[in-house]
Amino acid sequence: MRTVRRKKLHFSKIYTFRCGRASFKGDHSQIGGPGFSRVVHCNEPGSFEAAILNYVGNYVSSTKYTLATFLPKSLFEQFRRVANFYFLVTGILAFTPLAPYSAVSAILPLFLVIGATMVKEGIEDWRRRQQDTGVNNRKVKVHFGDGAFEQTEWKNLRVGDIVKVEKDEFFPADLLLLSSSYEDAVCYVETMNLDGETNLKLKQALEATSSLQEDSNFGDFKALVKCEDPNANLYSFVGSMEFEEQQYPLTPQQLLLRDSKLRNTDYIYGAVIFTGQDTKVIQNSTDPPSKRSRIEKKMDKIIYFLFCVLVMLSFIGSVYFGITTNDDLENGTMKRWYLRPDNSTIFFDPKRAPAAAVYHFLTAVMLYSYLIPISLYVSIEIVKVLQSIFINQDVHMYYEEADKPANARTSNLNEELGQVDTILSDKTGTLTCNSMEFIKCSVAGTAYGHGVTEVEKAMARRKGSPLPNGLEADKDTAKDTSVAKSLIKGFNFEDERIMNGNWVNEPHSYVVQKFLRLLAICHTAIPEVDEETGKVSYEAESPDEAAFVIAARELGFEFYKRTQTSVSLHELDPVSGKKIDRLYGLLNVLEFNSSRKRMSVIVRDEEGKLLLLSKGADSVMFERLAKNGREFEEETREHVNEYADAGLRTLILAYRELTEEEYKAFNEEFTEAKNSVSADREALIDEATEKIEKDLILLGATAVEDKLQNGVPECIDKLAQAGIKIWVLTGDKMETAINIGFACSLLRQGMKQIIINLETPKIKALEKAEDKLAIAKASKESVLQQISEGKAQVTASSESSQAFALIIDGKSLVYALEDDMKNLFLELAVGCASVICCRSSPKQKALVTRLVKAGTRKTTLAIGDGANDVGMLQEADIGIGISGVEGMQAVMSSDIAIAQFRFLERLLLVHGHWCYRRISSMICYFFYKNITFGLTVFLYEAHASFSAQPAYNDWFLSFYNVFFTSLPVIAMGVFDQDVSARFCLKFPLLYQEGVQNVLFSWRRILGWMFNGLCTAIIIFFLCKASLDPQAFNRNGKVAGLEIVGATMYTCVVWVVNCQMALAISYFTLIQHLFIWGGVALWYLFLLAYGAIPPRFSTTAYKVFVECLAPSPSFWLVTIFVVISALIPYFSYKSIQMRFFPMYHGMIQWIRHEGHCEDPEYCNMVRQRSLRSQTVGFTARIAARNNRVTDRFHNHG
Amino acid sequence: MDLGSTDGASESPSAAAKKHSKKPKYSKFTQQELPACKPILTHGWVITAFVSVGVIFIPIGLASLFASERVVEIVDRYDKDCVPSTYGNDTLAYIQSTQTNKTCIRSLTVPKQMKSPIYIYYQLDNFYQNHRRYVNSRSDEQLRSKAYEFDTDDCDPESNTDKGPIVPCGLIAWSLFNDTYGFSLQNKVLQVSKKGIAWKSDQKHKFGSDVYPKNFQSSGLIGGAKLNKSIPLSNQVDLIVWMRTAALPTFRKLYGKIEVDLEANQKITVVIQNNYNTYSFGGKKKLVLSTTSWFGGKNDFLGIAYLTVGGLSLFMAISFILLYVVKPRPLGDPSLLWNINPVGHSN
Repeated sequence: MRTVRRKKLHFSKIYTFRCGRASFKGDHSQIGGPGFSRVVHCNEPGSFEAAILNYVGNYVSSTKYTLATFLPKSLFEQFRRVANFYFLVTGILAFTPLAPYSAVSAILPLFLVIGATMVKEGIEDWRRRQQDTGVNNRKVKVHFGDGAFEQTEWKNLRVGDIVKVEKDEFFPADLLLLSSSYEDAVCYVETMNLDGETNLKLKQALEATSSLQEDSNFGDFKALVKCEDPNANLYSFVGSMEFEEQQYPLTPQQLLLRDSKLRNTDYIYGAVIFTGQDTKVIQNSTDPPSKRSRIEKKMDKIIYFLFCVLVMLSFIGSVYFGITTNDDLENGTMKRWYLRPDNSTIFFDPKRAPAAAVYHFLTAVMLYSYLIPISLYVSIEIVKVLQSIFINQDVHMYYEEADKPANARTSNLNEELGQVDTILSDKTGTLTCNSMEFIKCSVAGTAYGHGVTEVEKAMARRKGSPLPNGLEADKDTAKDTSVAKSLIKGFNFEDERIMNGNWVNEPHSYVVQKFLRLLAICHTAIPEVDEETGKVSYEAESPDEAAFVIAARELGFEFYKRTQTSVSLHELDPVSGKKIDRLYGLLNVLEFNSSRKRMSVIVRDEEGKLLLLSKGADSVMFERLAKNGREFEEETREHVNEYADAGLRTLILAYRELTEEEYKAFNEEFTEAKNSVSADREALIDEATEKIEKDLILLGATAVEDKLQNGVPECIDKLAQAGIKIWVLTGDKMETAINIGFACSLLRQGMKQIIINLETPKIKALEKAEDKLAIAKASKESVLQQISEGKAQVTASSESSQAFALIIDGKSLVYALEDDMKNLFLELAVGCASVICCRSSPKQKALVTRLVKAGTRKTTLAIGDGANDVGMLQEADIGIGISGVEGMQAVMSSDIAIAQFRFLERLLLVHGHWCYRRISSMICYFFYKNITFGLTVFLYEAHASFSAQPAYNDWFLSFYNVFFTSLPVIAMGVFDQDVSARFCLKFPLLYQEGVQNVLFSWRRILGWMFNGLCTAIIIFFLCKASLDPQAFNRNGKVAGLEIVGATMYTCVVWVVNCQMALAISYFTLIQHLFIWGGVALWYLFLLAYGAIPPRFSTTAYKVFVECLAPSPSFWLVTIFVVISALIPYFSYKSIQMRFFPMYHGMIQWIRHEGHCEDPEYCNMVRQRSLRSQTVGFTARIAARNNRVTDRFHNHG
Repeated sequence: MDLGSTDGASESPSAAAKKHSKKPKYSKFTQQELPACKPILTHGWVITAFVSVGVIFIPIGLASLFASERVVEIVDRYDKDCVPSTYGNDTLAYIQSTQTNKTCIRSLTVPKQMKSPIYIYYQLDNFYQNHRRYVNSRSDEQLRSKAYEFDTDDCDPESNTDKGPIVPCGLIAWSLFNDTYGFSLQNKVLQVSKKGIAWKSDQKHKFGSDVYPKNFQSSGLIGGAKLNKSIPLSNQVDLIVWMRTAALPTFRKLYGKIEVDLEANQKITVVIQNNYNTYSFGGKKKLVLSTTSWFGGKNDFLGIAYLTVGGLSLFMAISFILLYVVKPRPLGDPSLLWNINPVGHSN
C-alpha cells in the first residue's frame, strides 16, 4: 500500500529544519507577560478555568453588516455621497412649507434609489454570509471525551478542543500540532491560501506528544499551553506547553494555520489554540484597497459643476424674486394685489423681501435639483455589475485547462480597462508558463537536444533568417508550436544519441551515466507510484526540479522510491543492457538557498562509495571544480552561454567522491551546526557545507525552457498596436529578461538598447573594497550618468523615429527610484518603446508602478500571478491577477482575475473599450437628460416671476429620473457596442479613444450639456409659442398650466428617449423595448394617474383623456417639438460622421460598406497604427521590410 | 463590491470535489452577440431622414396655416380707453373707487364672416396666475365637497371670516375676474352662452354640486367678482374657468360664446363693465372674439414653424445631395478621415 510505505518515511532526515530545536531563551521568556497572556487548557475546553477565559468562538463572519447594523450602517454609507446627501437634505426640506412640491413626491425617488442600492448591498452581504455559513458548517472530527472523536461543525470549535484533521482537509482553526500519522509526527501543509506558495511546508510536533497516534490516547490527555496573544504575523509563534509536568517550548513549527491544507499526511491530531477572529489568517485579512476609476472621479467634478450651476440659477432666481416681491408693496399700495402682498407669509412678504429671497433660494435649490441626476449612482452601479457579469461570462476568456473563467472581483474599474496607457507585467507565470521543460543538456562537452525554443525562433526571426511572409503566416507558426506541445509535461527533449538507452554508445558514456544518475538522485522530490500502471509521478518543490527527475526517468534512470535514508532507482546497466534496481543510501541533503545557489546530496552507493552530488548555478559551480575536474569546462561554458542566449535556465552538474574520514569530519560539523541554536546557525551550516562542496568534477549542464504562455507574442503585438506601452518587471537575470523580451517581440533587432546597470569595473572594484558609502555614491553617479546619456540619445533621435528599449537592473533601480532621479528616469523610460526592469524586488515593482502612475498621470495596469506581485497589483490603477498555478495571493489582491495573459487582449480591447464607451456615454447622456429637464423647469420659472412654481405635476417631476428615462440609459450602459468584438480586435488602434479619453473629454461633456441646453430652450419656447394664449382645441378651451406642463413633459420624454435612439449604435430588442417602453410608460402613467380621483392626481386628473388626446394641437406640437429638438444633434452627427468621423465611426463605415472583406483596404486603415508602433512582431516585420526596401533602393 | 469571490480562500472541500465545470454557458446574450441593427448615418439615411421630415412637415405646416387663416379673431384692448380722460393718469383711483361709472361702450367691426360658435375671451397681460403663492392658495377639498368646508389651511389670507370659513377660499377665487361684457348687434342683444366653457371633469369631479358660496367677498378687502350664493360651485362656470390657472402671465380665458353667425363688416357694440383692476400692476385687458379651427384658435406660429423646419430639412437634404455630387469622396478613406493621433510611441 502506498500509504503504508509512506508512513515509514522519515522525512526529517531529508529536510534540515531551519528552526531546529527551540529553547526558552529570547521570546519565550515573555510568556505570561503583556502580549503573551493566552492560556489554553488542552482537551478540556468546557472546564471552569477555560470558560472564564471566554475566548471568541470559531464562527467567522466576513459580512459588512449584521441584521441589526444593516440599516444604520448602509444608510450611513449611502449618505456619505454628496449627491445622495443633497437629496436627503432636499427631501427633509420638502416637509417644510418651503417645498415647491409635495414631500412624498420628493422623498419617494430617493427612497427608491437608496432602496435599490441597499438591496444590492444586502444581496452582496447575503452572499458573503452564505459563503461564511459554508465555511462555518464544514465538518471536523473533535474529541468528545474518552477517546471518542465525532464530527462537528467548524463553528462549534472551542479553544482547547482536540481535533483530528485528515488528508486534504483544511485546518479549521490555528492548531497546535500534537501528532501525525507519521512516527516522527511530521506533516505536510499547503499554505496556498495564505501566501500563494504551492510547495509543501513541513511541520513537526513536539517529541513529547508524538506518540499520541490513536484516538484512544486522548481520553485522558491534558496539557496547558501558554502563548502569545492573537496577532497577524504568519511566521511567528511563541508559546510553551506544560505536559506531564514538564515545560516544552513551542515554535511556528508546531502551529498549523487555519485555511492551510493537510497534504501527503493521512491525519494529524491538534489542539485548537486560536479560533475565529483570533486566527492568524483572519487577523491578516485586510480589505483590498478600494479603487475608483478616473471617470468616476471626473464625474464627481461634473456633479460639483452642476451644483454650482444649480446654485447660480437659484441665486439669479432669488435676486429677481426678491426684487419683484419687494416691488409688490410700495407705500401701502399693492402692485400685484391678487397676491395679497399686504398680508403675506414670510416666504412672499414684500416687507421682508430679503428674507423671502433667502427662503426662496432654498426652495429653488430644491426645485432645480432635477439638474442633478438622482439615479446616476445607482444606475452606474447596476450597469457595472452587469458589465462584470458579461466579463465573467465571456467564453473567450475561459481557460479550459484550468477550468477558470475571467473573474471581475470588483466592478468599479470596468471603464478604466478601456483607458490603460501602460501595462506593467510580471514575467514568470504571466508571460511565461512557469512550467519548465527539460530541453537540452551538455554532457562531457557534447551538446544534446534538438528542441527549438520559442526564444530561438524569435532569435531566428530577429537575425532575419527566412520567415514566413506576413502576419497570418506568423500566427500560424505560433499556433503550430502550441499544438505541437510535448506529450510529457516537463520534457521536451529529443536526441536519439542518448535516448532509449543509446547513450551507452556515446564516447563518454560513463559521464553520461553519472550525469543521469545525478539528475535522478540529487533533488528533494517525492515519487508517487500509480498502483495500476506502475507509472511514477513526482511531487517537487519547484517545476525545474520536477523537470530534472522526469528527464532522468525518460532517459532511463527512473527514481521510484524514497525512504528516510535511501533513494531507489531503476537504472540501465551499460554492461548487461538490462534494467536493474539500485539503492543509494541517503546521508545528507545540503539544501538550496538563494545565497548558496546550489544543492547537494551525499549518498552511499551499493558498492559503499561515498558520493557528493551537486548541482548549481554556473557562477558558483565553476569556481568549485577540482583541477582534474575541468576537462570539459571550456565546452560546457560555451554551451551554457548558448543556452542562456536562447532564453534557457541552466544548471551545472558536478560530483565528487568522498573518503570516509572526510565524510565523518563533515557530518560531525554539519550535525553540530544544524543542532545549534545560536544566531549564527545559518552561517555555521554554510561554513560546514562550504568545506565539502569543493574540488568537484564537472559532468555537464542542463538547460530548461521557461515556456512562453500561449498566445503571448500575439497578445503583446495587439496591445502594442493599440498603443499601449508594456513594461516588464521581473526578478530574473538581465540576460533571461532580454531573451524573453526578444521572444515576445518587446525587443527586436534595430532597436537601440539602453542598458543601465552597475557592472562597471570601477564599482566592482569598490565592491571588493566593501566600502558601502563609496559604493553608494559611485553607483548613484553612474546611474545618473547612464540615465542622462540615454535621455540625450532619445532626444537626439526623436525625429528619426528610432525605437529605444530601456533595460535596467534592480541595483540601478534602487538609485533611479530615488526622489531626485526618478523624474529623469521616468522621462527616459517614457521615451523608450519598451522597458524591462530585471532583478527587481516586489517592493521595487510597486515603486515603479507608483512612479509611472503618479508621473504620467495615465492609467496603469499591473498584471502578475505571484505573491511578489501583490504590491504592484495594489499600487496600479488596475491590478490583474493571473489565476494560474502560483496560488491565490495575486488573485486575492487583484481587481480582475484572468487565467492567461493572452486574455488581456480581449479584456482590454473589447471589454475595456466597450465599458469605457458605455460608461462615458451613459454619464454624458445622464447629464444631458437632466439638464434638458432641469432647464425647462428653470425657463418656466423665468415666466412665473421666479416664484418657484414647478411647471410639472409633482409626480411627473419625481418619476422623470426613476421611470421614464432611466431604463434606456441602463440598457445603453450594458449593451451598447460601437463596433463588434471582432472589429475591436481587428482595429486595435480603436483603443486609443479610451487612452486619449476622447469620449469623456471636457469638450464632449460640455458638448452634451450644451445639447441639453439647446434642447431645453427649443422645447420650452416652441411649446410656449404654440400653446399660448389662443384656443387649444376646437371647443375654444385654452391651455392652462396643467396642459402646458403635460405637453412640455411629453416632449421632454420623447426627445430624451429619441436622442438616446440617435446616440446608440447597437439596437437589440432590449434597446427598443426600453426606449419605446419608456415613452409608452409615460403615456400609460399619464392615463393611470389621470384616472385616480382628483384628490391624488390634482392637476393631472383626466388631463390626457379629456384635454390632450382629443386635441390635434397636442399631437402636432409634440411631433413638431420633438423633431425640431432633435434636428440640431442629428445634423451635427451626420456631418461629423460624414466628414470628421472618429475612429470608431471609420470602422463603422468599413463594416457598413463591406470593406472588411477587402484585406488591402483594411490594411490601409490599419497602416496608421503600424507606422507609429515600435514593438510587437508586426512592427518587427515592418521594420524588416523597411530595411529590405531601403537596401533595394540603395542598390537601385 | 466583491463579485463572485467564491473561488477564494474559502472554497469548501466538498465543492472542490464536485468539480462542476465553470465554463460560461454560451448564449448570444452572454456573449453580447445579440442580433442587432447597427444603423449608421449613411448618406442615404441622412438624406432620407431630412427629405421625409420636409415632406411631412410642409403639408402639415400648410394645413395648419390654412386653418389658422380661416380663423377670424377680433382683439380689442380696452383697459386704457375705458378709463374716462378726466382721471388722466390716476387710473388706480378710478378703478378702486366704488362711485365711478365703470360702464364703457366699445364698437367692434367684424372683418370677415364669423361662423358660430364665436368664442368670447378676456385676455389678461402681466398677470401671474402661475405665481406659487397664488397657485397654491386654494382648497381643492373644500371646492369638491361640503364636508371639507373647514379645510382652508392653504387659503390664507382669504380663509376665514368672523362668521366662518370662506367658500370658495383662497386668493384665486378671491381675485375672480369681474369685468362683464354685453354684446349687441344693431341694437339687438346677442346672447352670450356660458354652456360648455368649463372642462367637464372640473364641473363633475372638482367642484361640488353641494357646495355653495359662503362668506365670499363679504368683508375686508374685496378682490374680484362676487358669487351668487344660491348657485352651487359646480355651476359657477366663470369661477371654474378662472380657477384653472394659466401657465403663463399672458393668458386668455373663456368668457362665453355667441351662437350666432356674424357677417363681415357688421358692427358689434360691446358694453363693458370695467371693474377688474389690472392698472395697479400694469396689465392689459383685452376682449377677444374668435372662431376656432380643427386645432384651436388663430395660431400662425405653428404653421410657420412647421414650414420653416420642413424647409430647413429640405435645404439640408439638398446640401447633402450636393455635397455628394460635388465631392463624391470614397467613404472611409483613412487619409481623409484620420483624426486620431496615436501618442506615446512616436515620441
